[in-house]
Amino acid sequence: MSIILVLIILGVLTTLIIESMPSIKALGIGYLWGKVWDPVQNIYGAYPFLIGTLLTSFIALIISIPFSYAIAIYLGEYNPKGWLSDLLKNTVELIAAVPSIIYGFWGLFVLVPLVREFEGKIHVLPYGIGIFTASIILAVMIIPYGASLGITLIRMVPSPLKEGAYALGATRFEVIRNVIMPYTRSGLFAGILLSLGRALGETMAVTMLIGNTSAVPTSIFAPGNTMASVIANEFTEADHTEYLSALIELGLVLFLVTVVINLIGRRIITRFTNN
Amino acid sequence: MNFSKSLKLAVVAFAASCLSLAASAQDNTLLGAGSTFVYPLFSKMFSQYTASKVNYQSIGSGGGILQLTNKTVDFGDSDAPLNDDQTKKMSAAVLHIPMTSGAVVVTYNIPGVTAALNLSGKIVGDIYLGKITNWNSAEIKATNKGVNLPDLPIAVVHRSDGSGTSFIFTDFLTKVNPEWATKVGKASAVNWPAGLGGKGSEGVAGLVKQTPGAIGYVELAYAFENKMPYANIQNKSGKFIKPTIEATTLASNVTIPADSKVSITNTDNAAGYPIASFTWALIYKEQNYNGRSKARATELVKLLWWNIHQGQAFCAALNYAPLSKSAVKVAESILKSATFDGKSIL
Repeated sequence: MSIILVLIILGVLTTLIIESMPSIKALGIGYLWGKVWDPVQNIYGAYPFLIGTLLTSFIALIISIPFSYAIAIYLGEYNPKGWLSDLLKNTVELIAAVPSIIYGFWGLFVLVPLVREFEGKIHVLPYGIGIFTASIILAVMIIPYGASLGITLIRMVPSPLKEGAYALGATRFEVIRNVIMPYTRSGLFAGILLSLGRALGETMAVTMLIGNTSAVPTSIFAPGNTMASVIANEFTEADHTEYLSALIELGLVLFLVTVVINLIGRRIITRFTNN
Repeated sequence: MNFSKSLKLAVVAFAASCLSLAASAQDNTLLGAGSTFVYPLFSKMFSQYTASKVNYQSIGSGGGILQLTNKTVDFGDSDAPLNDDQTKKMSAAVLHIPMTSGAVVVTYNIPGVTAALNLSGKIVGDIYLGKITNWNSAEIKATNKGVNLPDLPIAVVHRSDGSGTSFIFTDFLTKVNPEWATKVGKASAVNWPAGLGGKGSEGVAGLVKQTPGAIGYVELAYAFENKMPYANIQNKSGKFIKPTIEATTLASNVTIPADSKVSITNTDNAAGYPIASFTWALIYKEQNYNGRSKARATELVKLLWWNIHQGQAFCAALNYAPLSKSAVKVAESILKSATFDGKSIL
């Protein structure tokens, strides 16, 4: 079974490379830092979308970490049993099951006016949609990934360890800080990595909220675009070979970015665990 | 063991049912794919057409063209004629048959302004180029005397997804605004110099409705149904034309070339609305390919013949513009040129 999975991944990679050959040949490595995306003139540069993808994903991650850690610690340690705990845990997990188009519509009709009001108050151009709004929605969407892994891990911390600490006179906060967190560190980090993977590839909700301009974003409140949403937007109507191939190359870049970030994450995990 | 056996059985059964489905579809249902714009009209038409069953998938013009290139459908439908690259990929000559025409309207959200604005192509182009940035600019005031235009920045909204609507809109701007033609050009997705992108008509409409000062463009039918305000657009003869079904039909009532591959934006007709276009059904000129039967080819041509005659009666109710007389005449002669084994079908 796992061999089939490996074959599928390799197959995807090979297809992406073969299909993006025309674009790679025509544009070379400059594709990665080209700032213009113009299907009419056949000029393609992925830089604005690369920045957009990384910006939205990492901002979303930064927003989501406090929430998912707080949820994990509360439901894992402070309130691990009982109906309230079950209800909260199931609700958090349900967040992951809501289709992303629902988030998109909710964002467009509820979140965007709020953000626009906020932007008006801090005197930036009140677009309402943009990198910031997309990141907030992404943050909500990825919270359950970090949180539910965290809950499970924190509940698995052996009681003798915790009891030992309590016996030495540690407070609950000290137990969490000095026993639970170190014990679950690599697991919690894996949860973050999972959520980052989700954030990098999320398409529909982001497409509806990011503003879809192919200019390099000038601030986090500016509209932008991500690699996944460009593909979703333009793939069906890409009407000439170079255009289609440039879009597929965008998919290849997204694939590689995800792989690289995962590899870095894995290294960090091993390092933490060894120490 | 048992599990893998039943899995195998299930796979075989599934494959068999797929095959039989495909085979039965091959038998009596005509297959079409393409433009989403024409989909509501086609589903109405095909539900009323009794001589044969039609299965139309609204996957977008580009997708429809691809399906026809791969010969997996009997006809495609596109909001723009085939470009050079697409024509090259087709293995044989393809006929373009106009099915209906549609208009694209310029919609806006200016608090306090209820009158329909008068806009020229030059103004719309300059707004979308990011050159005119405020509603009270001298250019907009010049064509809207008596309208109290507020001091409000213009928020430009365009389609973010590749779409026939964008193609029609940019085709019009390319014709009437020289700077647009050199800087941006026409395509179903372009490098927009300004503004925000909304996904689909609903995305554009949502942004325009929410943002004070926004300007956007959607299909006429969409604006009608959602009661959005829209501008009168100046046509080639200098008149400001209110977008209506009649004005859209009039736009195509001009001399149409024999292959019907013509852009009717910025029409020569003095009463025609200038941001309008045909949507075309696409079929191979020689219908004997992939072992198709003559009966199937005849069914297809008859269906399209019905579409451009009796079928046109369903247009107005769904806010599509029926084909003009000159367009029907051209479409007739194109359909008559379709052949099976080199012999005319109709």
